Amino acid sequence: MTGERDIVLKEQFSVTGRDFGRAGSVSTTIKSMLKQIGFPPDVVRRVAIATYEAEMNVVVYADRATVTFEVTPAAITVTLEDQGRGIADIEQAMREGYSTATDEIREMGFGAGMGLPNIKKNSDDLEVTSEVGVGTIVRIKVLAPQ
Amino acid sequence: MKLREAATVLGATFISGEEQADMEIAGVCASDLMSDVLAFGSPRVLLLTGLTNAQSIMTADVADVAAVAYVRGKRPENGTVELAKQKGIPVLACDLAMFEACGRIFEKGLLPGSSVEESQ
Ligand SMILES: Nc1ncnc2c1ncn2[C@@H]1O[C@H](COP(=O)(O)OP(=O)(O)OP(=O)(O)O)[C@@H](O)[C@H]1O
Ligand SMILES: [Mg+2]
Repeated sequence: MTGERDIVLKEQFSVTGRDFGRAGSVSTTIKSMLKQIGFPPDVVRRVAIATYEAEMNVVVYADRATVTFEVTPAAITVTLEDQGRGIADIEQAMREGYSTATDEIREMGFGAGMGLPNIKKNSDDLEVTSEVGVGTIVRIKVLAPQ
Repeated sequence: MKLREAATVLGATFISGEEQADMEIAGVCASDLMSDVLAFGSPRVLLLTGLTNAQSIMTADVADVAAVAYVRGKRPENGTVELAKQKGIPVLACDLAMFEACGRIFEKGLLPGSSVEESQ
């Protein structure tokens, strides 16, 4: 386990549901920070894509979320804890093509049902837990190159 | 292929970022669905899309897309070009339908973005 003293960087951000004007800004901020630290472009890109998909899910489906971004010598971890409707069947939500997006959301370029599968593909470890009517926690972990 | 050549093939005009017209593009990714771009696009591609909102640029930034070209005569929504300038992503617009835009680029031998990813 990584001890507190090994944390290189820890930041918190908030995301507001339905705020399409700012949607994606937390992910692009995290991306710039990782680039600045000097992580290789493919690692930066994987974290950015996974975080962006999760951030968009908060904007589209939840009310608000706290995003915790943590870098240790071993890994980059992004945790999105949202308050919202939650996901009843996580296994179903993880399936490629499964989406409950409305036409309005589809017109904005989302709703392919590829977000969660994309997050899984780009992370080394993914944990999704949810409680209907309460919210969802998505924890994305990408290992740092050694 | 240089971005400038792609613009010529598409009959596209630069809305912003013309000073970067000499950049090399590694391939093309065409979609109106942003998750598709994130899943199947690879770095440094030209994104052809009919989606003109700010998310097209946000997605391009996240996926390391080189430049964005809007098809079907669509023009970016307010704020989209400002965001693109801020991110250093050139924006183009052409009047072709997506199918014809892809066809023309493909004819010139530019590989799809995904084949670049496979060779990494
Ligand atoms: N944070 C969340 N809160 C509530 N429901 C969610 C959340 N994230 C995902 N979901 C549900 O899981 C489904 C699948 O999510 P996923 O991100 O894979 O696809 P999508 O958002 O519908 O489309 P895409 O991500 O391709 O634009 C969503 O349609 C939604 O029903
Ligand atoms: Mg999604």
